[in-house]
This record gives sequence, C-alpha cells and structure tokens, in this order.
Amino acid sequence: MTALDAGLNAVLGRTFPFPKRHFLSVLDLNEVEVTSLLDLADGFVALNRQTSKKLDLLKGRTLMNLFFENSTRTQSSFELAGKRLGADVVNMSPRSSSISKGETLIDTAVTLNAMQPDLLVVRHGSSGAASLLAQKVTCSVVNAGDGQHEHPTQALLDALSMRRAFGRIAGLKIAICGDVLHSRVARSNVGLLQMLGANVRLVGPPTLMPAAADRWGVDVFHDMKQGIAGCDVVMMLRLQLERMDGVMAPSQREYFRFFGLDREKLAHAAPGVRVMHPGPMNRGVEIDSEVADDLSVSLIQDQVEMGVAARMAVLTALSARLDNDR
Amino acid sequence: MSERPFALTNLRLIDPSSGFDGPGAVLVAEGVVADVAQGGDLGALSPDVEVVDAGGQLLIPGLVDLRVKTGEPGAETKETLKSAASAAAAGGVTTVVVQPDTDPVVDEASVVDFILRRARDIELVHVYPAGAATKGARGERMAEIGLMREAGCVYVTDADRPIVNSKVFRRVLAYAKAFDVLVAHRPADPWLSAGAAATEGEFAGRMGLPAVPPAAEKIMLERDLALVELTEARLLVDQVTTACGLEALQHGKARGLPVTATTSINHLSFNEIDIGDYRTFCKLDPPLRSEDDRQAVIDALASGLIDIVVSAHAPAPPEDKRLPYDQATPGAVGLETLLPALLNLHHDGGLPLLDLLRTVTSRPADLLGLPAGRIAKGAPADLVLVDLYAPVVIDSDKLLSKSKNTPFDGRRLQGQVITTWVDGRAVYRRG
Repeated sequence: MTALDAGLNAVLGRTFPFPKRHFLSVLDLNEVEVTSLLDLADGFVALNRQTSKKLDLLKGRTLMNLFFENSTRTQSSFELAGKRLGADVVNMSPRSSSISKGETLIDTAVTLNAMQPDLLVVRHGSSGAASLLAQKVTCSVVNAGDGQHEHPTQALLDALSMRRAFGRIAGLKIAICGDVLHSRVARSNVGLLQMLGANVRLVGPPTLMPAAADRWGVDVFHDMKQGIAGCDVVMMLRLQLERMDGVMAPSQREYFRFFGLDREKLAHAAPGVRVMHPGPMNRGVEIDSEVADDLSVSLIQDQVEMGVAARMAVLTALSARLDNDR
Repeated sequence: MSERPFALTNLRLIDPSSGFDGPGAVLVAEGVVADVAQGGDLGALSPDVEVVDAGGQLLIPGLVDLRVKTGEPGAETKETLKSAASAAAAGGVTTVVVQPDTDPVVDEASVVDFILRRARDIELVHVYPAGAATKGARGERMAEIGLMREAGCVYVTDADRPIVNSKVFRRVLAYAKAFDVLVAHRPADPWLSAGAAATEGEFAGRMGLPAVPPAAEKIMLERDLALVELTEARLLVDQVTTACGLEALQHGKARGLPVTATTSINHLSFNEIDIGDYRTFCKLDPPLRSEDDRQAVIDALASGLIDIVVSAHAPAPPEDKRLPYDQATPGAVGLETLLPALLNLHHDGGLPLLDLLRTVTSRPADLLGLPAGRIAKGAPADLVLVDLYAPVVIDSDKLLSKSKNTPFDGRRLQGQVITTWVDGRAVYRRG
C-alpha cells in the first residue's frame, strides 16, 4: 500500500450506484446524485494534486472525444480525466473527417459506435445533438455542450468550485451575468444550482436574455449593480465578440461600461464575493483583468482544476454503471 | 369508363354545403351523384343498380386539401404525385392542391400542364396545381399568372416564402385580381423568423432553440390586409396559427375585406411542448405554438374566423429529419391523418361535425369554384364512407406516403376511412 492507494481508497469509498446511462442534462439528475458526484470529484481533486495521478478505474475502457466545435479546455479536460482514470482516449476532429464531406451526425455516430467505444463525449453546435446521439448509440454519451441548451459537466465543476470555496451551495446568492440567451453554461447552472438550494439571478441586457426567463424561478435584472447587489458569487458568461457592434449590444465599450465586471460594480456584491467565468475570457469586454486576475476574489483558475476532477467523477460513475450492466 | 351504378343506403349523411346531417341514401351513376335522398329513401331503382347497405356509417363529401407538397418534379425521393395521391385516397382526401415550390418551380404554364397530365395518368384523386406568384418563388418579379391560370392553376402562392417586397406583393395582388386569380400568402415577418426553429417563449428559452416571436405573424398579416384594402384583391391567408395573428384577421374581416384564412391540422392538434426532447417530426413551418395559441386557433375555427383547415402535407425523408433540431427540415405529412385528427376535435373537443367538415369540403371547394366538396345531385361522386367511432392508433410505418414524418405517430384517434370514391370509382378500400 502506497500513499496513492490510500487516496484511491478514499475516492472509491465515495463511488455510488449511478442510475443513468448517459450524462446529457442536469435536469436528468437529482440532488442526491449531484451531491454524490461532487463528493467523488472532491476526492479526485486531492488525487490530482499528487505526483502520481494515474488510476485504473477505467482500465480497458475507450473514451472518444467527438468535438464538432472547437474547444481547448473542455476537450483537454476530458482527455486528461480519461487518461488519469486509465482509459484509452481518442480525439475525433470532425473538421478533418468525413463529417465535412456531408455525412450526417447520426451516420458519424453509428460509425464510431461500431468501433465499440464505452464513453462518447460530444460537443455540437445544435441544441439537442447529444440527446439525438444517445438515442442511436449503445455506449454512454456525455454532453460536453449542445448548442445553446446545456453543458452539464461545466455546471458540475462550477458547483464543485463554489462548494469548496464556501463550504455549501444552499442559500448562496449567485448572479449569472452576460449573454444568457446564447449560453448553455447558464442553462445548466440555473438548473443545478437551484436544485442545490441556491438563490439564482440572471443579469444582462434584454437583447441577451431569453424570453420568459423570469419563469425559470430566477430574478432577472437589466442593471448590473442591482443584479449583483449582495451576491456571494458573480458568474460572468462569455460574450461572442461578433454579437457586439450593434447586433446584440451597441459596442464593446458600451457593453463594458454597463455590463462588464470591474471593481466598482463588484463593490456592490456581498463581502467575500467570488468571481467565476467558464472561459475563455474576453478581457476588457465582459470582465476587467484587474478582477479576473485577483486571486482573492477570482475562482477562475480553480474552475479549470475542478473541471478535470468533476469529469473524472462523471466518467467513473458512468463506467461503474456500465460494469453493472454486464 | 362507365362503371355499374350503385346506391348507398342506410347512411348517416353529412353534407356541409346544405347543412344536412341525418339518415339518407345516395345514388351514383356515371361518376356523378345521380340522386340524393336526405332523410328518406331513394325512389324505385333500376335493376342494374348495385345496392349497398352501409349499416348506418357516415358518408361525407371527399375532402379538399388546399395545401399539399409532393417532391414531384425534382425531389421524388420525398414523395411522388402517385404516392401522395395514394395517401390522399387512403385519407379520404379526393382533391389536393399541390404547392409550386418544386424543382423546377411551378411558375409557368408548361409545369402546370406537366402536373395536370401526371395526375390524369395516375387516375386516383383530383390534383390541381397552385402556381408561383413570382418567378422562381423568389419574391422579385411576377410569374405568368394569366398563362398559368389558362393552363389550369387554381391559385397563386410562393408557398412557404413570404413576398417581402411590399411593392411586388401589391402588384401581384392587383394583377391577379384582373384575372380573378386568388392569391395565397404566408404571413411571416422574414427578419424576425430568420433561423427560427421554435416559437419564442419559456419552452424555446429553456431548450436553447432559436425562436420567432408570435408577433412575426401579425406584422406580416397586417401588411397583407392593408394591401388587400388597397387593391381589393382576394387573399387566402396561408395558415394563421397565433392569437395575435387571429386578432389582426378579425379586424380585417370586420372591415369587410375579401379575406379567407386557413390553419393547419397540426396547429390544431399540437403545441410546442410536443417537441419534447427535440422531436424533429414536430418541427414545422410555422413552428408549433403555445397552448394558448392552439386554443385560440380552435376557438377561431369554431367561430368561423378561420375558414379552412389544411393538412399542410410536407413530406421529408429520414435524411432531412434525423438531424439536430435546428438543422432538420420543417414539415409533416398529413394527408392520411387530416380526417381522423379533425374528427378528434369533435370527439374530444365537442365541435359540431358539420362545422368541422365544412372547413375541409364545401368551403375550400367554393373558394376555388370547384364542383366538389358536396353531396348534391349532379356533383362529382367524390365520397368518403367513414367509421366515425373506430379507434385508430397512427403508425407511421403504415402510411402510404413515401415519407413517414408524422407527428401523430403513436397517437390514438377515432375515425377511419372505409371507402373513398373519386368520380364514382372506389380508389381506396379499408383492408
């Protein structure tokens, strides 16, 4: 028994019978499952900080990353998570494969499925794409972002970062700010954080707010200072620059003036506020560098670290479910 | 081809054009209704007449469907005129008007003629083409409306595409009026609708779907009504599906404008929640609306504000539907489900049968000046014998349409076609 084995046992002690075959939406989960996943991920955080990080929980399993949209951090996060758990990891980039020759999403999925992967991690630009794939393949599908719908592992890692920073999630006041309309991160976070008992608000200009967002059980603000007043967490969303210049907002400088997070606006939040961002950041557009780089308030680096652990937890849970199916 | 005359007796006869619903009998000879007995018996029949006791089943006029798409010419993998005609016969639809947005577009007399000749060779149901209002249905320059009219097109429309340029649409209306040609137009603001896959609201917001606000329908409809007022031309509003659109329609009709409005059977039967987990068979154009809108459309049908129900038959093969929701082709097949789904509004919703059937028989026929859509002496013997109470579970695999994209798959409805006659010929018999 080495030191690593002791850590491993601590992690394995946290595994639980995960009842789902796929990981598509936070709405498929309940509070108990989420809490168990967070506990498991907590164990992986400790493990990931050791020199020897390799486990064999997924030994023999094949993980396929199928990313139809460019992504650096999510794809490498899943790749690392898979490798640290001992799985064989294959990255498919449809850009250079037959998908660009007119093959449909389902044909690609069925082809890959015939290669017998155990876990398929999918990112696609269309809402519902991961769920569509899950209906057509025999392996487990993990949604790594489908259009403007959901990004459930991001919500899980955000919850993990918050729970580690505050010791709890229930009762936290959390403001999600920026381009909510196009954000899958916002949708997954709203669902998951509400499930865990947080008080969630959405802040952004009306052009970037989904219709009837006030019926999601959140408070909607169009004034940033009011929106983040008294909040424990301010979560900024990425705003695609092409949506500026008069399309969704008049200009970058006007957007930053009213909806960018700087010290002045942040002063309205609760003492001890923490700032989050799913990345990649547009510095000087939605967030001021001064805030982003202040490690006493920013959880942004933690989020990246928690990403690997949270994805290890999801992969472990799904793999355990596959073992039970045997 | 003259077939032996036959008499259907012991019927429940429904003829919306005369407002009759009661026991009766019908004599068919040489392709027309030779005699009708409303409430009584036919007189003495000659011995060569075959007498069929219908056992009290329902006899209605064959349905007239003003909005049907096939893939012919140009996209025969979706649907051919023949497969569409078979589906129509099975669904009790005896007259279909096919849309012009084929490849090539029906924007000149030769293509009108092609469709009429193909339909004549198929010998199943009556098929009439609608011509394009503008060349290539591109909304820029007028098509040859007069020549197409001569060749046999029954109205003009750019189908799914609104004619955005108001000057062009004004000229189409004014020109068509001179030839007494009806113009149909889709009320949809193109900029608000661009890229939309669902109706704006809580559902689309949660699902992360690009959405169009219902007001897009109202905006275009109000423009169209203003141009109708200007030109005094007849307009067929192609599918009103929202409460706010109905409000605009109400105002237009109250001003006495020569406007007729349709809605689709899909918008009477489904709301946006039916999209569920991104079911692309429920992706339609216009998109499915909220339940409030659906109820408003049903109310408008009951009050007569909406005149006509169409199937909006739009076949799409799997390669167009088995895609992520925002990439899938909109549309649903509907010829075989139009009648049972409409009857469902009677069985479940309590709408009077006469009123419901009027919207798919005499009203559309009268609008186009066709002799069909009624059970009257001398009218074509386009008849449908219906088992009004027979339960049916819609099974997409059993549809005769070449494409099986029906949102009704698995739905339990009531009402089955027993036999369909076109010009006195049985073109469908329940197996």
